[in-house]
Amino acid sequence: MKLRVIVTLKNGVLDPQGKAIQHALAGLGFDGVEDVRAGKIFELEVAEGTSDAAIEEMCRKLLANTVIENYRIERA
Amino acid sequence: MKTAVIVFPGSNCDRDIAVALEAVTGTAPAMVWHGESALPGGLGLIALPGGFSYGDYLRCGAIAARSPVVRAVIEAAGRGVPVIGICNGFQVLTETGLLPGALMRNAGLDFVCRDVGLKVETSQSIFTSAYRAGEEISVPVAHHDGNYFADADTLDRLEGDGRVAFRYTSDVNGSARGIAGILNASGNVLGMMPHPERCVEAAHGNTDGRRLFEGLLEAVG
Repeated sequence: MKLRVIVTLKNGVLDPQGKAIQHALAGLGFDGVEDVRAGKIFELEVAEGTSDAAIEEMCRKLLANTVIENYRIERA
Repeated sequence: MKTAVIVFPGSNCDRDIAVALEAVTGTAPAMVWHGESALPGGLGLIALPGGFSYGDYLRCGAIAARSPVVRAVIEAAGRGVPVIGICNGFQVLTETGLLPGALMRNAGLDFVCRDVGLKVETSQSIFTSAYRAGEEISVPVAHHDGNYFADADTLDRLEGDGRVAFRYTSDVNGSARGIAGILNASGNVLGMMPHPERCVEAAHGNTDGRRLFEGLLEAVG
């Protein structure tokens, strides 16, 4: 079973990397990019029947730091 | 005082802290590899050193925080054993949840490597008892991810409970309220981005870090 976990910074957490990317886009001449937030995507291949609870736990315990990040699970 | 230094793949300040601990306590620390599941008994201090554990993969300190030996460190911290995390060690401590908040990429995006001014915020801890509250000292930093973040309630609680140990005297990395080092609620766990182990001998150019270890030795015995 394929899974995708998308990890993004919580609202209100400053993202210096996103800001740097935004400035680089402006430097390339792309106007009107008002904000960039950088995140991470994990593609997981897990055994069929892996419980939703186990997947949530993987996210909470390791893939995301819930102090600063949110996560979203997508099932392929 | 018996001490231990935890060594992760990618630690690079483990020998610096070992030399500093031996200079102050007179005894070489036990160097404990990350794959160990138990710590030596009777420890007066466990040190998590600076460096780039596990290549900073995932997030700084994230993988180290889930390594076998750190389970034993968390258990020891719960029993009141003093634990200090310096630089990457501070990142590991926040990732374990022993300390609140997180260390984000420096606001200016630069790796900062220089001496910085620190204000000692409290002398009421086993780590800072040899300093005067309000005293300013100079300690080197060397990090890319030292920008301390916590929500406003957590910051208020840290400040209200006297758990901010050190603050930068001027902005270094964008840290919330200038925080450079914090204590846990019981006061036996300290995390700090600056490197006191890099300023303990005259040859280092300054010895402001030495009193942290001397005070600890005095407090713990």
